[in-house]
This record gives sequence, C-alpha cells and structure tokens, in this order.
Amino acid sequence: MLNVGKIEEGFVLDHIAAGKSLSLYEHLQLDKQDCTVAIIKNARSNKMGKKDILKVECDINTLDLDILAFIDHNITVNVIKNGEIVEKKELVLPRQIKNVIRCHNPRCITSIEQELPHIFYLADADKEIYRCKYCEEKYTETAK
Amino acid sequence: MRHLMSPLDFSTKELEKLFDLANDIEKNPKKYEHICEGRILATCFYEPSTRTRLSFESAMTRLGGKVIGFSDAASSSASKGESVSDTIRIISCYADICAMRHPKEGAPMVASEKSRIPVINAGDGGHQHPTQTLTDLLTIRSLKGKLDNFTIGLCGDLKFGRTVHSLINALVRYSNIRFIFISPEELKVPDYITDMLTEKQIPYEEVIRLEDVMPHLDILYMTRVQKERFFNEEDYVRLKDFYILDTTKMALAKKDMLVLHPLPRVNEISVEVDEDPRAAYFKQAQYGVYVRMALILTLLELV
Repeated sequence: MLNVGKIEEGFVLDHIAAGKSLSLYEHLQLDKQDCTVAIIKNARSNKMGKKDILKVECDINTLDLDILAFIDHNITVNVIKNGEIVEKKELVLPRQIKNVIRCHNPRCITSIEQELPHIFYLADADKEIYRCKYCEEKYTETAK
Repeated sequence: MRHLMSPLDFSTKELEKLFDLANDIEKNPKKYEHICEGRILATCFYEPSTRTRLSFESAMTRLGGKVIGFSDAASSSASKGESVSDTIRIISCYADICAMRHPKEGAPMVASEKSRIPVINAGDGGHQHPTQTLTDLLTIRSLKGKLDNFTIGLCGDLKFGRTVHSLINALVRYSNIRFIFISPEELKVPDYITDMLTEKQIPYEEVIRLEDVMPHLDILYMTRVQKERFFNEEDYVRLKDFYILDTTKMALAKKDMLVLHPLPRVNEISVEVDEDPRAAYFKQAQYGVYVRMALILTLLELV
C-alpha cells in the first residue's frame, strides 16, 4: 500500500475515473504551476472499484475548477486548509470554456485562422452538450 | 451596435418591427430613397454569390447609399493571407456597415467581434444565412398576413439545406405551426431538428412523396434535390420526379397555397408553374431586397 502524506493547503480531487488523472493534470495546466502534485493512479475504491486521485498543494484561488466539471462532474473536490478538509465543492458545468478543447469541424473558421481561440458554450445543460461558438458544431468525446 | 449573425438574434417582437418597416418601404419607396446618403455598405464576399450580393447592393443603392466591396476571395487581401479580424478592422475605416459571406462557418462572427461597424452574416458555409430566413419570413407574413397557424411543407434536400434548418428554427417561435417534411430517406431532416420539435411538442410528419400531402399544405417550401447527394444513380432516377413540382401536383393544392423557393431553381419547379398565382418565389426575391433595406436601416439606427 502506497502512502502519500497530507497537504497543508490545496485540493484533493477524488473519485477521478481510473486512468484520467494525467489528462486532468494537463487540462489544469499543473505542469505550469510551481506546486507539489501527487498523482495516484488506480487506487482501490469501494464505490468505483478503481479510481485516480490528484493531490495539489497550492493556493486555493489559483486553480480553474470549471474545467473539472467539463471533464467529469462526478469528481469530488476537497478543499484543504491547515491540513483539514474545509469544503467539498460541488461541480457545476461551466457556461463557456476557452482553449480547453478544439473544434474539429473542417468547415469552421478556427480551422484556417490559427490565432483564434477555441471557445465552446454550454448549449444544453441536461444533455451536457457543448457547441463551438463560431460554427455551433457539437463537441463529441471522440473528437477530444 | 448590433450585428446579425443568426435569424434568432432578433426577438419575434423585433422581427415584427423589421417586417413592418420592410412593408412600409415596399409601399412608400420614395420616403426612403435618400435616407442612407453619405453612408457606405461594404460587401465582403469571400465566395461568389451573385444574387445575395446584388440584393444587398440594390438595397443600399435604393436607400441612397453607396457600395464598395469584393466578390471573391481571390480579389481580396485574403489571398495574401490576411485574417478576417484584420480585414474587418480595415473595412471599419472605409464603410459604415458590412455584409460578409465566407465559405468558413463562423467567419462573420469573428469579424463582428473586432468590427467597429455592424456586420451582417450574408452566409457562412453550411451554417447560417439569416437574411434568406428573414426574406422567407417576410414573404410569408406579407402574402399570408401572419406567421402563425399554418401547415408548411418543406420539400427536397432537408439534410444539407441550411435555409430549411434556419427557417424551421425561426418558425418554431410562432404558435400552431405544423411541419411536413418531404424528402427521400437519404436527405431527411437531421435528428437534432426532429428531436427539438418533439421536445417542444410541435407537430411534424415525414413523408416521401410530395403529392401525398399537397392538399394539406398552406405553404410549400421547395429546395433542390442534387444528384450528387445520392449514393447511386438508380435511387436518384427513381426518386427525382417525386420532388419536381408541376401543374399536375399544383392541381392537388389549396387555392391559396404559396410556393416558395430560395432560388436558384434548376428543374425542381417546372417553368409552367411560374404562371400560377400561387408561385411566390420571384416575389420572394423582391421581398429579399425590402428586408435587407429594413435591416440596413435598423442596424445603422436610422429609423
């Protein structure tokens, strides 16, 4: 059994689908942050069988959590202060996400003008459908 | 400052105002012939479209304004690699309003984000063509006197036809509209549209043969069935006549049914139908000028 110590301030992202933590690490741009990160892959879970966990020691205001909800709103976000959980954040689908996913529609203006941001808006919250702001193409998982 | 990217950018109330203005222009053209003096419309057409461009140019000229522009990407700075954002910044220095057509979807929206002048989407790939939809709505409203309580048949290529998708999305905002979709299996209206209609509890029917539903229609919106959309020649030959409107099929229709078509037609409406008083597609082109005139005045805040 692997032991990873407590963090003083930051986040513990729990119940990440097994194998997804690295993509989350990239989307949260943790490689660009000067902070301690523990990536725990395939941890045992009563609820999920296997799960990933990310422990991030950082100022709690520095992470953009919108992206978490977009990737998987079942992730549990524990906010840690002084080594204790002070809050469990509920994830809400962001209304808009910028430069997180790319539009793959070859007819979209973003396909020829490279400097344009890739912006998606939440078109249907119930069905979790995001559409490209410019061409309205629906984002699909397979295009990730 | 407002732009027009999608027909849904205007509320139904705003559309009523726009259509009232278009009808007033139709009745009193003299009243409006100098209203845009000193104003310039830029028509930035990155792909050729003679009718839409000339309709915009006619609209601005009839309002007393002037027109500058280009009619294909090769004769514009796009051929030198200039971005849409840069082009519109420059056009903003030259003109007071811009109508943009572009083969890439979303290009006019990119322009609107950087523009200092109102931008009208004059067609962006297979995405939107809002002034066509406004034209369709104005034609129906002017000739039927209303935009609610009717059965509309949409016939032909319902899968790829952006004018059809736009018109459906615009019409669902009015009450008691019933849709009948007439197309071959290969060219059926996309699922996301039928899903939307089901969700909004708007009645619709999908049929293969036009003559089966002719007696029920108040409006027939024709589009072209293109041969290249079919997987094989055999299917095309078998089905194409179902979608050609001729006097025999017109004989089955109501006396006051309207026939609309975004044009150009090829052979899907037989020329003999042109003389039928129910054929409204050439009037529709005329309404296209009136609605663009009204739109220019509205976006320039001159009314």
